[in-house]
Amino acid sequence: MANDNSSDGSPKRSRLMGIFWSLLFLAVPVLGVAVFIVAPWYDIWLPKDVSEHGKAIDGLFMFILALTGVVFIATEVLLFWFLWKYDAASATGPAKYIHGSHAVEVIWTIIPAATLLFLAIYQMNTWADVKMRRPAMAASVEVVGRQFEWRLRYPGRDGTLGTPDDLFLVNDLHVPADEDFLVQLKSMDVLHSFFIPNLRIKQDAVPGMKIPVWFKATENGEYDIVCAELCGWGHYKMKGRVTVESRADFERWLEKMYAQQEATQPEPLSGADGAAVALTQ
Amino acid sequence: MSTATASTTLSPDRVSQSLPPARKARPVAEFLSTYVFSKDHKVIGLQFLFSTLLWFLVGGLLALAVRWQVAWPWSDVPVLGKLFAQQGGQMAPEFYTMLFTMHATVMIFLVIIPILAGAFGNFLIPLMIGADDMAFPTLNMLSYWFMWPAFFAFGASFFVEGGAASSGWTSYPPLSTNVASSPGAGMGQTLWLVGLTLVGVSSMLGSVNYMTTIILMRAPGMTMFRLPMTIWAMFITAILQAFALPVLTAAGFMQLTDRTLGTGFFSPEGNIVNNAMQATGGGQPLLWQHLFWFYSHPAVYIMILPAMGMVSDIMTTFARKPLFGYRPMVYSIAGIAGLGFIVWGHHMFISGMNPALGITFMVSTMMIALPSAVKTFNWLGTIWGGRIQFTTAMLFALSFVSMFIIGGLSGIFMAATPVDIFIHDTYFIVAHFHYVLFAGTAMGVWAGIYYWFPKMFGRTMNEFWGKVHFFLTFIFLNGTFFTMHILGAVGFPRRLADAYHYETFHHLQPLNAFMTYCAIGMVATQIIFAINFFWSMFNGPIAGRNPWNANTLEWTAPSPPGHGNFDFQPVVYRGPYEYSVPGVEKDHLMQTDPPNAAEAAAAAAAHG
Repeated sequence: MANDNSSDGSPKRSRLMGIFWSLLFLAVPVLGVAVFIVAPWYDIWLPKDVSEHGKAIDGLFMFILALTGVVFIATEVLLFWFLWKYDAASATGPAKYIHGSHAVEVIWTIIPAATLLFLAIYQMNTWADVKMRRPAMAASVEVVGRQFEWRLRYPGRDGTLGTPDDLFLVNDLHVPADEDFLVQLKSMDVLHSFFIPNLRIKQDAVPGMKIPVWFKATENGEYDIVCAELCGWGHYKMKGRVTVESRADFERWLEKMYAQQEATQPEPLSGADGAAVALTQ
Repeated sequence: MSTATASTTLSPDRVSQSLPPARKARPVAEFLSTYVFSKDHKVIGLQFLFSTLLWFLVGGLLALAVRWQVAWPWSDVPVLGKLFAQQGGQMAPEFYTMLFTMHATVMIFLVIIPILAGAFGNFLIPLMIGADDMAFPTLNMLSYWFMWPAFFAFGASFFVEGGAASSGWTSYPPLSTNVASSPGAGMGQTLWLVGLTLVGVSSMLGSVNYMTTIILMRAPGMTMFRLPMTIWAMFITAILQAFALPVLTAAGFMQLTDRTLGTGFFSPEGNIVNNAMQATGGGQPLLWQHLFWFYSHPAVYIMILPAMGMVSDIMTTFARKPLFGYRPMVYSIAGIAGLGFIVWGHHMFISGMNPALGITFMVSTMMIALPSAVKTFNWLGTIWGGRIQFTTAMLFALSFVSMFIIGGLSGIFMAATPVDIFIHDTYFIVAHFHYVLFAGTAMGVWAGIYYWFPKMFGRTMNEFWGKVHFFLTFIFLNGTFFTMHILGAVGFPRRLADAYHYETFHHLQPLNAFMTYCAIGMVATQIIFAINFFWSMFNGPIAGRNPWNANTLEWTAPSPPGHGNFDFQPVVYRGPYEYSVPGVEKDHLMQTDPPNAAEAAAAAAAHG
């Protein structure tokens, strides 16, 4: 064959090339797995989960990682092995003259089909917990995305949004630990996405829609709120913080913030139109 | 070339027939009709190839600028820095936003889709089915020339006030519809929509032509189930395109009228962006997402199926073995195309769409992984027991399989709705689609270029430098894209001009710097390809008709084929993958080789 390894010269050299290329393809699963093993050591991995439902999400992530990892290693190693073994420079005799096998096709259709269907069904309960089984409670806070900040409105002492004692804040979300917390998510202008990596929460904020988001934070601390949907030139700086604290600390903080707001605002605003209300600070 | 002249006399020369005799003597008109406004599918294919490779360069440079900002935000940008003299050489965040928008736009609409359907589809379909040209040569010419106004619209948008479109390639409203929402949401966005519509017209003209040609113009004996996989893939892609594309074109028009005529399809009532109120409201931002993804998810398959077809053909040639499971391979392409219409919602799991819908889209999305898995197993079956020749084209084809496994498996994470909550809009998805579209499709495209280059230009490309190109591209692409998976596992969001001021992400800068070095290496490697490509065009070894000892019809035509393609009428006796047939002297039986004794006996028995 004129084309066969024309640039490599002798058959021996061309076998060496075959070995080289096979090993290159073997490097894919070897290094691929190595990256995933090494990454957590450098803290390049799932950030610490501090939510109740996050364990289920992380568990599913690890489950899919294990499952796809096995398929990845098996197929990539098989690819390497075939390249190594059936190199034209070393294999003798002609290639197998075979057009396929009905039995094999049936097997490798049914097994993945069953696995994938199982995977889909296996996810459903967690999905329903996080996005469909909304706790029966009033909104704990209203979060409104706006270029390029998160505007927050707590219902105040009466527990109802849209009353004169509402508390208005920006980018500084406080959450009581170990309690169901319900966010009513809105947007004032364009799409945003309310993403708290440590709480495993992400939900787009859509102008014209009120979308409920709920979680139960389990560990005190301060975490990032990130905008995850492109919202304009300042998208990168649409940063908030969420503080998870005990119920008592949370109450104290609410009181303090409310006192500050009253001090700077002698007359209570009509909270009916939260979107257009001026801010504290 | 004597064969080329022979073919011109044998087959009808459409161009010269359509011109009055007096004009034939005018060299300028002759040149224009042969090389510029040509109706020859091969010339049109090459026009698409050169245009898209040029845009590939533009898209690659845009990617480098994006990578620069991600790795070293707010540092002086080399070369580009001169543009930002007033910012002290720093890239402005709105400029960064425009960069990634246009990187994706250029790569998807001006490179991948037109290089697969426009370049390879045009060049290969008539040659591989044994036709002298496309069914509608004029339509074919128009499909190329409709790309030029699109090139101008996208190209000019960089220079208008506010810069090019900057609301992402997905162009989600209200960011894209409200003119005040960002600097690029002005004229740049309007030109983007105009360009998109024109690209759509071009694709539509192509689709109609490909379907008609494949159905009606196959050579005698070329039954549907004797078609090479490349043609099956092109055929199903054309159908997919024809049914999905009108939705995007309509949606694009709606967005255009929202912006220019004051309609309110996508803006909600009373929507105020950046203190500017939209004149009308009553629309729904999610409507755009549904319409957009109804096209753009099938488009993902439009962007990979033809590469799958080409890779199947290349792998059988260099494994010297019949394709494993021809019919399952065809059915799985059809399965991907069919299911491709009911999975668009997986882009919208966290968009605010009813979460119950998320469950149905999760099931359909999981199931679309099935035909992809079947294809992968059949490719492995194809090289099993083969006699593998490590040519450059084969290496690229093998890497397509190896990389597609990664891109396919990472898709399962996103299909799983609960996991998608965390990894949606992070670098995990960036890793996923670059593995499918760059490590998959682009590698398939290179395989196709190295494989069919002899047919295009009559000469083979340099194998040594081809392998160097492959090796470096393979290393650098994995260095750039594999690491994105673990970035995504941290939740590192896409499209952020600077993510390091977040506590969660501040330690990821060194990893991003590493990826940018790899990306620079990857783009630099393409210089080797460019030199090899142009050098071999004029100085490569003369290829002859069938340099790879392949079976399909294009290899029976002269290299390069003259106008009308074949210097004889090809008659097809068998499928395209008859390699290493026992009892046959050479190791391959071309589709046009007359039946041997065994085949003749079998045919006689079947008819008797």
